[in-house]
Amino acid sequence: MTPLLDVSGVTLQYKTPEHLVTATYQVDFQVFPSDRFVVLGPSGCGKSSLLKAVGGFLAPVEGEIRLSGEVVEKPGPDRMMVFQEFDQLPPWKTVKENVMFPLTASGRLRGREAEDRARSYIAKVGLGGFVDAYPHMLSGGMKQRVAIARAMAMEPAILLMDEPFAALDALTRRKMQEELLGLWDEVRFTVLFVTHSIEEAIIVGSRILVLSPHPGRVKAELDADDFDHRAVGGEAFQRLQTRIHDMLFADRVEAHG
Amino acid sequence: MADGSAKPTPPKRPEFERVLPPMAAIGDVARPLSPFERLINQTGVRRILIVLALAALWQAYGAWLSNPLIFPSFGAVLDALWESILTRGLLWRAWASIVVLAKGYVIGVVLALAITALAVSTRVGSDLLSTLTAMFNPLPAIALLPIALLWFGLGETSLVFVLVHSVLWPLALNTHSGFTAVSDTLRMAGRNYGLTGLRYVAGILIPAAFPSILAGLKIAWAFAWRTLIAAELVFGVSSRSGGLGWFIFENRNELNIPEVFAGLVMVILIGLAMEGVVFRAIEARTVRLWGMQR
Repeated sequence: MTPLLDVSGVTLQYKTPEHLVTATYQVDFQVFPSDRFVVLGPSGCGKSSLLKAVGGFLAPVEGEIRLSGEVVEKPGPDRMMVFQEFDQLPPWKTVKENVMFPLTASGRLRGREAEDRARSYIAKVGLGGFVDAYPHMLSGGMKQRVAIARAMAMEPAILLMDEPFAALDALTRRKMQEELLGLWDEVRFTVLFVTHSIEEAIIVGSRILVLSPHPGRVKAELDADDFDHRAVGGEAFQRLQTRIHDMLFADRVEAHG
Repeated sequence: MADGSAKPTPPKRPEFERVLPPMAAIGDVARPLSPFERLINQTGVRRILIVLALAALWQAYGAWLSNPLIFPSFGAVLDALWESILTRGLLWRAWASIVVLAKGYVIGVVLALAITALAVSTRVGSDLLSTLTAMFNPLPAIALLPIALLWFGLGETSLVFVLVHSVLWPLALNTHSGFTAVSDTLRMAGRNYGLTGLRYVAGILIPAAFPSILAGLKIAWAFAWRTLIAAELVFGVSSRSGGLGWFIFENRNELNIPEVFAGLVMVILIGLAMEGVVFRAIEARTVRLWGMQR
């Protein structure tokens, strides 16, 4: 089976006014169709930079990123991003217009068809009653649902999610994780999901890439297909959680020792 | 914790759970506002009350001073205003000014948008804009009038030239600062859609920066209006007729002081109408609707 997304030997660097920072160093991984592929690591491991590189916002200084065989060079609507920030939705468009915006801007659909597609995905994320609301009238969780509907409506080759639930309260976050899993079960999209929460990684992911910090290097790639919210207290879940925790914790000891 | 012997512990209390009664028992959850509360919540009503209070103050001071040559009373000015509208074509004069103003304003707005679009897409454009605004924004438009008269002669073109100058720089400055304040997330979202170049500017940057652009449009309008009245005062007859500034100038020469005040009141009224009607309507349909401004 050929991978959908092939990241090989990718080193990412960015410049601050004083430093040249290496975010990731020679990172390899492969994402296959219908994967829920989670990139997990502490802050400073370059996971967000990695996602931006896949999104085409950041060019690797070494290695290459291929999506369906094509080298990723610039941002495009075949890789829809869901960001952590609530201001990712243009405030001047209603929920429906927001979901339609990328469809029409990319020329994929127009008019009636775009509207029907938007309505069906808004209904999928449970916001059918809010199609004509503006983003400032919605709660944080609802805004993230709109962002997810907007990305899914494009039916992209891969969905890129950059800590999409990190700014939500714990109860809403849990609900959103369940909903995301429900949507995946229905649509079977491919998603690349970045998080710093071990629990979230195990629940959301089918496969977990663990990165070490400063710079980000691949520490492990683990299977996590069998876990959802019902497994949280279970023994296997605890064991995996401890295993990942130890991997990340070991790094911290090295770093400080 | 000086002695540390007795650490305070919270008392143990029994647990409890409640069955909540239905909401109907509580009564009012939302109550409609009284007619007075609703009236006073209207910005327009509050502003008209302020204008009326100022007019009353004016009238009282005018009556106390009783020197119509220096400071005519509000009533006398209203009479003069009405008289000027009926017999001396004040409205027509105002219209002549507004037409010239509109030409300069529109050209200025288009130029400002073009130059800022250039400034956000290239670094040279950005440096150019910063330097030009730093040079020309503090330069009073009216100071260019002598040169404009030399280049374009005594006519409308000279007026439009100084108007464009008075509109272009403040608007470009505001628009550019609005563009630079657009969040990275929104920019990435726009590029994620595949928007580039002019479509990106029109689809993401302009609406996202609209509060700043609108503030710039308001400032530019005020600058332009001032400049125009001042320019008309300086060299009077623009095309065939002469606008409001010329009306004020003429009447001052003839010592028709209430008419001078009537001309000033006309300038103020047009300013109020522009702010209270045109800009408020734009705000209500854009930045307020979008929750970008309270």
